[in-house]
Amino acid sequence: MDEIKDRLLKPSKATKQDQRGRMISYLSIGLIAILVISILYFIATRGLSMFFNDGIKVSDFLFKTDWNPGKKLVGALPMIVTSFGVTLLAALIATPFAIAVALFMTEFAPKRGARFLQVVIELLVGIPSVIYGLIGLAVVVPAMRIMYGGTGFGILAGAVVLFVMVLPTITSLTVDALKAVPSHYRQASLALGATRWQTIYKVILRAATPGILTAVVFGMARAFGEALAVQMVIGNAAMLPHNLVSPSATLTSQLTMGIGNTIMGTLPNNALWSLALLLLIMALVFNILVKLIARKGRIK
Amino acid sequence: MQPIITSQDVKLSYGAFEALHGIDLDFNQNEITALIGPSGCGKSTYLRCLNRMNDLIEGVTITGSFKLKDLDMYAEDTDVVELRRQVGMVFQQPIPFPMSIFDNVSYGLKLNGRPDKNFLEERVEESLKQAALWDEVKDDLNKSALELSGGQQQRISIARVLAVRPDVILMDEPTSALDPISSAQIEDTLLQLKKEYTIIMVTHNMQQATRVSDKTAFFNLGNLIEADSTEKIFMNPAKQETDDYINGKFG
Repeated sequence: MDEIKDRLLKPSKATKQDQRGRMISYLSIGLIAILVISILYFIATRGLSMFFNDGIKVSDFLFKTDWNPGKKLVGALPMIVTSFGVTLLAALIATPFAIAVALFMTEFAPKRGARFLQVVIELLVGIPSVIYGLIGLAVVVPAMRIMYGGTGFGILAGAVVLFVMVLPTITSLTVDALKAVPSHYRQASLALGATRWQTIYKVILRAATPGILTAVVFGMARAFGEALAVQMVIGNAAMLPHNLVSPSATLTSQLTMGIGNTIMGTLPNNALWSLALLLLIMALVFNILVKLIARKGRIK
Repeated sequence: MQPIITSQDVKLSYGAFEALHGIDLDFNQNEITALIGPSGCGKSTYLRCLNRMNDLIEGVTITGSFKLKDLDMYAEDTDVVELRRQVGMVFQQPIPFPMSIFDNVSYGLKLNGRPDKNFLEERVEESLKQAALWDEVKDDLNKSALELSGGQQQRISIARVLAVRPDVILMDEPTSALDPISSAQIEDTLLQLKKEYTIIMVTHNMQQATRVSDKTAFFNLGNLIEADSTEKIFMNPAKQETDDYINGKFG
């Protein structure tokens, strides 16, 4: 009798395992949460100290165009404009290509061709960004110089390099979006006497639009945050770009160029932290955008 | 009665597997024909031959002859797209496209050039009335079709096919995903449509076959066992196999 009582009242081996597993999960979640919160706190305090301790106005930071932190000039507008410029331009060029490749992979290519392209795309994702930057420096910049004159460094060169870099991201997410379109949409459309092409642009692309938009936003987030490759071809001059082939600087390239040359706690250093904070905020905005699109486009 | 579709010695294989072993079956104009039989008997496969939907599956070979009136459906110069406009299809699951009710119903019409707005509006209204859905949706044609109930969505699918004005409508278990009330509404709709269209439907529901069809064809194991008037098939079938199936001895 006592033996049975014992067995029933004490936790079994399985229960203990369950508890241990849960402990490990909670610990990991806790660790990640602490990490995220401390990163946010760290960047926020550093990024904001320029406004509170050095008395710089937020509007000056966002809308003034002179960047020379050594002389208390911290207008970040040139970097903001350039960052958005390369990002939008890269997404603009990459999206049609990505959709075309994704359509080919999901609708037209035989299975083997699709698998081959999949490998190519994964390879493109895996190439380190410094290599993209090198190729950009060796090929794209001279090409821009020949075609448009000037030094060749600038938004256009940056956008071309980023185009290659975000293409695989947008493509693979677009492929996922197209694959998620129920196959009976295709059948129903064809059964109504639609051609294959009509089916694609009237039904499939339409049904996949939220997914494709999400793919583009993800691509833009990647382009916005890319530092190294852009830094190598953008020209790194913190001035408002007056055309697409004049040297300029993005938020990220300014950060990587400058952070090693400033002293902690001084205004030039704080100004860079403010740029980092701006990048962080933009990353959050991209995230929220993706969430909004997903919510709005959810089928059923 | 004038047959509108005639098929002779239809054989179909998926790769090496032969799914239909030589089927001769005709369909009369303005009649409802029900195709019945146990799962995997080939009735849906046969139905899908009638508007060449099997063309979409890799590795399918079809032999035999199909004629829509005088048109050889599988001739090399037959335009599949045009054929599918004349032989429309409603599927088992309601398939509303992710767009408004109006755009759904007018989808097939807009494929062929740009019809003017009045024509579209008339056709949409007419088709929705024929599909017995007009009264329920006439005030919100711009609402997404995804927000409708399952039965309404299926009637949208029917209206979408009707709008193209096919000669023949194929239906692959059109009510199997619906509740009894919606099913009954669809059956009423079918009886109305018979006046203007020829309907061929696959059904698992034998009561449904007796309620709506004029002719019934019984398939088993890739063969057509018997095709006759529905009354004859259900009251006095010629073959023992048919009798066994409709009395639930197998299937």
